[in-house]
Amino acid sequence: MIENFFLLNGLLVVFILIGIFYLLLNQSLPTFKEVSIVEFFTSTIWNPTGYHQQSYGIVSLVVSTIIVTVGSLIFAVPLGIGSAAYLSEIAAPKVREILKPTIEILAGIPSVVIGFLGIVLFGPMIARLFNLSNGLNAINGSILLGIMALPTIISISEDAINAVSDDYKKASLALGATEWQTLVKVTIPSALSGIIAAVMLGMGRAIGETMAVLMATGNAPAFPKSIFSAVRTLTATIGIELGEVPYNTTHYYALFAVGLVLFIMTFLINLISDWVLNKYEEVE
Amino acid sequence: MFSRDLQQKLGFWTLRLSALFVLFILAVILYDIISKGIGVINWGFLTTAPTHGMTKGGIFPAIVGTFLVTVITALLAVPLGMFTAIYLNEYAKQGKITKIIRMSIRNLAGVPSIVFGLFGLVLFVQILGFGTSVLSAGLTLGLMTLPVTITASEEALKTIPNSYRKGSLALGVTKWYAIRTNVLPYAIPGMLTGTILGLSRAAGETAPILFTGAAFFLPFLPNSPFSQFMALPYHLYVMSTQHHDIAKVRPLAYGTALVLIALVLSMNMVAILLRYWLRKKIKR
Amino acid sequence: MANNTMEVKNLDFYYGDFHALHNISLKMPANKVTSFIGPSGCGKSTFLRTLNRMNDLIEGTKVDGEVLIDGQNIYNEGVDIVDLRKRVGMVFQHPNPFPKSIYDNVAYGPRAHGLKDKEKLDQIVEESLKAAALWEEVKDKLDSSAMGISGGQKQRLCIARALAVNPEILLMDEPTSALDPIATAKIEDLIEDLKNDYTIVIVTHSMQQAARISDYTAFFYMGDLIEHGSTEKIFEKPENQKTEDYITGRFG
Repeated sequence: MIENFFLLNGLLVVFILIGIFYLLLNQSLPTFKEVSIVEFFTSTIWNPTGYHQQSYGIVSLVVSTIIVTVGSLIFAVPLGIGSAAYLSEIAAPKVREILKPTIEILAGIPSVVIGFLGIVLFGPMIARLFNLSNGLNAINGSILLGIMALPTIISISEDAINAVSDDYKKASLALGATEWQTLVKVTIPSALSGIIAAVMLGMGRAIGETMAVLMATGNAPAFPKSIFSAVRTLTATIGIELGEVPYNTTHYYALFAVGLVLFIMTFLINLISDWVLNKYEEVE
Repeated sequence: MFSRDLQQKLGFWTLRLSALFVLFILAVILYDIISKGIGVINWGFLTTAPTHGMTKGGIFPAIVGTFLVTVITALLAVPLGMFTAIYLNEYAKQGKITKIIRMSIRNLAGVPSIVFGLFGLVLFVQILGFGTSVLSAGLTLGLMTLPVTITASEEALKTIPNSYRKGSLALGVTKWYAIRTNVLPYAIPGMLTGTILGLSRAAGETAPILFTGAAFFLPFLPNSPFSQFMALPYHLYVMSTQHHDIAKVRPLAYGTALVLIALVLSMNMVAILLRYWLRKKIKR
Repeated sequence: MANNTMEVKNLDFYYGDFHALHNISLKMPANKVTSFIGPSGCGKSTFLRTLNRMNDLIEGTKVDGEVLIDGQNIYNEGVDIVDLRKRVGMVFQHPNPFPKSIYDNVAYGPRAHGLKDKEKLDQIVEESLKAAALWEEVKDKLDSSAMGISGGQKQRLCIARALAVNPEILLMDEPTSALDPIATAKIEDLIEDLKNDYTIVIVTHSMQQAARISDYTAFFYMGDLIEHGSTEKIFEKPENQKTEDYITGRFG
């Protein structure tokens, strides 16, 4: 029956998600015949092609991912929420007509182009600014990821701010508060859950981003010493090494294990942001 | 100390500046790419293949490759997305299954693009035996684009008034007949808008095609779905990071970036114009 | 031709846990107009929708009891609902023409039931529009959009659309409440004519309308059928105190 056809189709998405998890798991497990799980999760040395001894520790990669991501949020969250508040509460309709498509355009720029700019534009800028030999490092990655996360944060925050009932704002104004005070003390706090969800989604995007970081963070899988260190994230590691690695070697499987770690990280972030949004809906 | 008025002025200006800064970032990006890429663009660049070890010539095969892989992406993501949306909006009952499907869609949307690449490598290239090919890459991108097409299609279906459905059913027709003749035809334009946006994102993606079929240089155009292919984003990636004479080909890289952005943005433009035209039609 | 009498026996209806209709029994005689009156929210529209099983579209509803057409219970296992709705047509409160041409609106039903012959379709469209007293006004613009005609015309179009599938029984859910007095009068005249060929059941918010056009009247209150009988009797000599209170305007 036709309804069953559509039901099967609907279930397809579930199967795909499960399938991804299953295949990742399946291709990761052989790693641990050669590599101890403890080493994988606690060693800071990622050196699968070492001559004398190979090492498969992802700590440096995880830390790099976190540093670059946190950096991107420091950049994108204030800018994003500020822009969202501006768009939602202050901007004249004509200005909105211009700004909203602009943000969509920004969202549409492919990550490889952003990464390219990290190399040719932002890199030299950073090198000049901070007197470094080259600008391919963590802070470059943070800026790039920040740029990429901005549209997500802005548009979802804007939705959240828009959704705040006019009644709250009117009540605040009627009590004699200024618009600014209303915005800061009433509107934004009411929209907080939506904004948090926006930030988490932006964070998920940043963690999962490959090309920009691959191209612009310097490709050094060592433990980062500062934001000016060359680093390599989890995603970049897969991107750079999988092309060189023969199928079905420990290194190959290890890269899948890295992929599994990524999958779980973004899955958890999604779950948490769902939970936050759910709490928000309950309260309403 | 600060009067409330002053506070408000400062506050609002901070927000204005945030939004302006975002605009500024976009302007810088576009300016850099356009100014440094436009000099390379000419008819020859767009219609001939690379020569002299990729230091001269054009990017025609990459344009063709990107086009072909996007077609395959559409062939997978559009119908499946539509059918899933039809299930969710027209047939699904409130309950566990529907919740799980929706959660899976949201999670699938958050999976990092490189993880899709891993999945595609195992499923399409190896298990199904399609090898590194346009087909494998297109299917991988298709899976990645599925959440977008599902969401876009569902939004479109939601805008169709319920009275159409009830009116049809009251005349004695099956549910599917009512959907097919009195809902879908009016929803398809709306579905197209979101779908085109999703496809434009797919066209610009690199990570999913890194290991599933993209190649840097092929002496001929892909002549079957099982051929490897050149692609604009991958071309840009290699030109800017792995070419043996990066400095020399930098202008060509800029040109490639410009073509890629132009392609993605024009697809966006088509989608936005379609959305605008649709809104006007509904208001009448 | 079949009897097309509709009879309801001991009908109970539930929205989830809410017991919306209590033990309703009622006969709606063939080729007559039966109207349902009662204050807002008393269940008359819900009851109307049980007669063509449109309530089935709502999740969590339950029906106990029988709705018989020519002696057959439409809630039996294995009843073809699509066929049922061909025999029992419905016109809704807000005119809801499809965003298609006038012709395609009327032809929608017959086409859905497999009719492809252009001549036959033309004939059915013309007959239906004539039966709905709309033909003269739209015969020159059959291909124009149905959205471009007036509210009253839209409703007559919906009536034509319902008639095009040749039902035995026509259910009308407050068909004139969204229309102006002139359009309302046109449709009331139409109903007078239609009852010669169809059995009509109409929910109406207006007692005056019920008094004007119906042969039989049923008074509903809070999910109960309080009283029913010929329209004359209900309006002139009601037996139940509540009925009398409603008729005389003590509550609305």
